[in-house]
Order: sequence, then C-alpha cells, then structure tokens
Amino acid sequence: MARIGGVTWRRTGKIDGEVHVLAVDDSLVDRKVIERLLRISSCKVTAVDSGIRALQFLGLDEEKSSNGFNDLKVDLIITDYCMPGMTGYELLKKVKESSAFREIPVVIMSSENVLARIDRCLEEGAEDFIVKPVKLSDVKRIKDYMTRDFRVGEGEEKERTRKGINKRKQRDSFDDLSSSPPSILSSPISSSSSSSPSPQSPSPSPPSIISASAPSSPPLDSPTRRLKTTSSE
Amino acid sequence: MNFAKNRTVSTVPAAKTGLPVWMMGLVADRLRADANRLLAFLFNQGILDEQFLQLQQLRDESSPNFVSEVVNIHFHESEKLLRNLRSLLMDREFSGYNKMGIHLNQFMGSSSSIGAKRIRNACFAFRAASEQNSRAGCLRALELLEHDYCFLKNKLHELFQIQQQRVLAAGARYPMQN
Repeated sequence: MARIGGVTWRRTGKIDGEVHVLAVDDSLVDRKVIERLLRISSCKVTAVDSGIRALQFLGLDEEKSSNGFNDLKVDLIITDYCMPGMTGYELLKKVKESSAFREIPVVIMSSENVLARIDRCLEEGAEDFIVKPVKLSDVKRIKDYMTRDFRVGEGEEKERTRKGINKRKQRDSFDDLSSSPPSILSSPISSSSSSSPSPQSPSPSPPSIISASAPSSPPLDSPTRRLKTTSSE
Repeated sequence: MNFAKNRTVSTVPAAKTGLPVWMMGLVADRLRADANRLLAFLFNQGILDEQFLQLQQLRDESSPNFVSEVVNIHFHESEKLLRNLRSLLMDREFSGYNKMGIHLNQFMGSSSSIGAKRIRNACFAFRAASEQNSRAGCLRALELLEHDYCFLKNKLHELFQIQQQRVLAAGARYPMQN
C-alpha cells in the first residue's frame, strides 16, 4: 500500500490476472448477452440462472456447501432485479449481510427504470444500477469499480470501503461533484444528455437520471479535497 | 487460371461457388449492400433499434455467429411464450392476467435485449390492454404481436443468410492456408 500525503491507497481490484464476474439472470438471452459483453471486456464470467445458484456458487447457501465448487474468487456480482424465487434485491441483501462477501461490489440490472427501486438497491449497498438493455459502455464502466484505486481515509477504512448509503449520505452535504460516485445511472431514455458524468444527488425529488455512457472514468478526487471531506464527518 | 507457384489459392473454392475468383469481389460487395439495405429498412421502420447494432459489435472471429445464436434462442423462447399467451387468453376458464403478465415481461425483456423495438412496443400495448382487463383488447394485441414476430423472424433469417454467404464468400476468396 502506498501512502501519499496521509492518505492510504488501497487497490481492491486485481493487479494481475483477470477479473471474475458472477452474472445472475433467469433469462437465457440476457445471460448470453451479459456473458459476451463481459468476455469481450476481458472478464472471466460465471453465469447462473437464479439467486439460489449464485449463493451456492459463493458457498453461502445453507443447504449445500460448495466445497471446491468455487476456486475462483468473485470480484463482482451483476444480477437482474426481477427473478422468480429470489429477486436480485434479496440476493444483494444476502451478499451484503455476509461477512465473507459483503465487500464484493454488486450491480443490479433491471428493465424497469423505477426510481424507488433504484434507491432501494443503492441504499442496500449496490454499487450501481443499470437499466436494460445492457451495453458495452455499461460494462466498461462497472469494470472500473474493480480495477481502479480506491482512496481510503486514515482510520476509516472499514466504514469507507462499504459503498452505498454511507457514501451517499456523506456526499449529500458536499458540493463536491468530481468524485467517482456509485450512483451514476445509465438510462436509455436520456440518450441526448452530455457524456460528462456527474453524480446524481439523492434528494427526495430527484431530477432526470443522468446518462453516463462515456467509458472514460470520472476524474478522481484530489487527496486534499478528500481529506477535507473525511475531516468534516 | 494461372497462379504463381507460391500462392496457395486454387480453383477449388471457386468451383464451390460456381464463380471465378475474380468475380467474388463483386459478390461480396453485393452481399454487403444487401445486408446494409435490409438493416437500414429494419431501422427506418422502427423494427430494430441500436441494441441490435450493439450486439453486432460483439461478433468477432471467435464468435462470428454470436448474434444469430442469441436471436435464435430468443425466437425459440418467443414462440413458447406466444403459444402460452394464446392458450391463456383462449382458455374458457380464463384465469386472469397475472400469469400472462409474467410471460409478457419475459417476452419484453428478451425482445429489448436483442433490439426488437417494435415487438417490445407491441408488448406494451398488450400490457395496457391487460391492465384495462380487456380480453378483446388483449386478443387484438396478441394478434399484432404474432404478426410482428413473424415478420421480424423472416427478416432476421434473411439477414443471417446474407451474413453467412458473406462469410462463405470471404472464405472462398481467401482460403485458410494450413
């Protein structure tokens, strides 16, 4: 870990080797598409058709213990929201409740652009919410979550590694707009919006969802600004 | 035809197509024009949207048939879903719109994933009719859905055939040298 100016840098993604994504979707067509999108983006993919199977693969299922089933560490989970049996939301909750796997970023996909649903998922700790149909630009963006450096303030590693409601609440009170937020949402509706990504403020009556399909990741915070934000908590 | 000794191009591939090699270029051009014309038509008519183009971009040498494979999976599922919708609607003991809603959502989802815009819109109309509890409206919507589906299936099969011919033509012009 490198320490620069009092800020501890921690790399959460893989430095060598490929990123391994667990994709969960009950639709075979969507599984094929997401698999291909991920493979083309140089990710290893395991695609399963239900939340239960996803938990089994992770080894979280109480019924079956998957000894030796999963030798590959999962770096990201991307799941459909609407699934029979266990929904993507329920899967998200189970993952975030588990001490072993709560650090794994979870991305939700849904064909419905429902704000309440999006908010609920983000509050539960989802990394991002993608409105279907999923595009290459969406996959490129979420790949960034796994491979870029995460800045963590001193002594606050445990709180800050958990994205979702904590980070969103903090950002509420700042005008800081240049951070790489988890709440950039992609929507097929707003196709003409600018490609410069800006975070969506989680206010009660949110404005239109901003489309951030540009693969270039948003500029990282300067260490000083990040230090300021941590000190005012 | 006279070929230099160090070239491995032979007359055999040309014989497969029945055309001399020098003509293959014209065939390839024509096929490409046909594919583009068909795609343009499907886009202009609102039958396909940019998600289809996105899928096309996912093809490469290792997966040249990616789009046709996914679309064929979609067609296979669609036919089942359409049959289920019809039998649910025609059932004398009509059990309500819940089950139809599930099938419809599935259909909508995979149509959207392959860029079948018109079909997705037809599904919305079906859903609206079911929300109004209009069985007649649902029947009409279903007929439209079936019609749009047949049309799309024919056109996409045509497109895939052209793409296959292009692959064959390219293979004949530049045969693999093992």
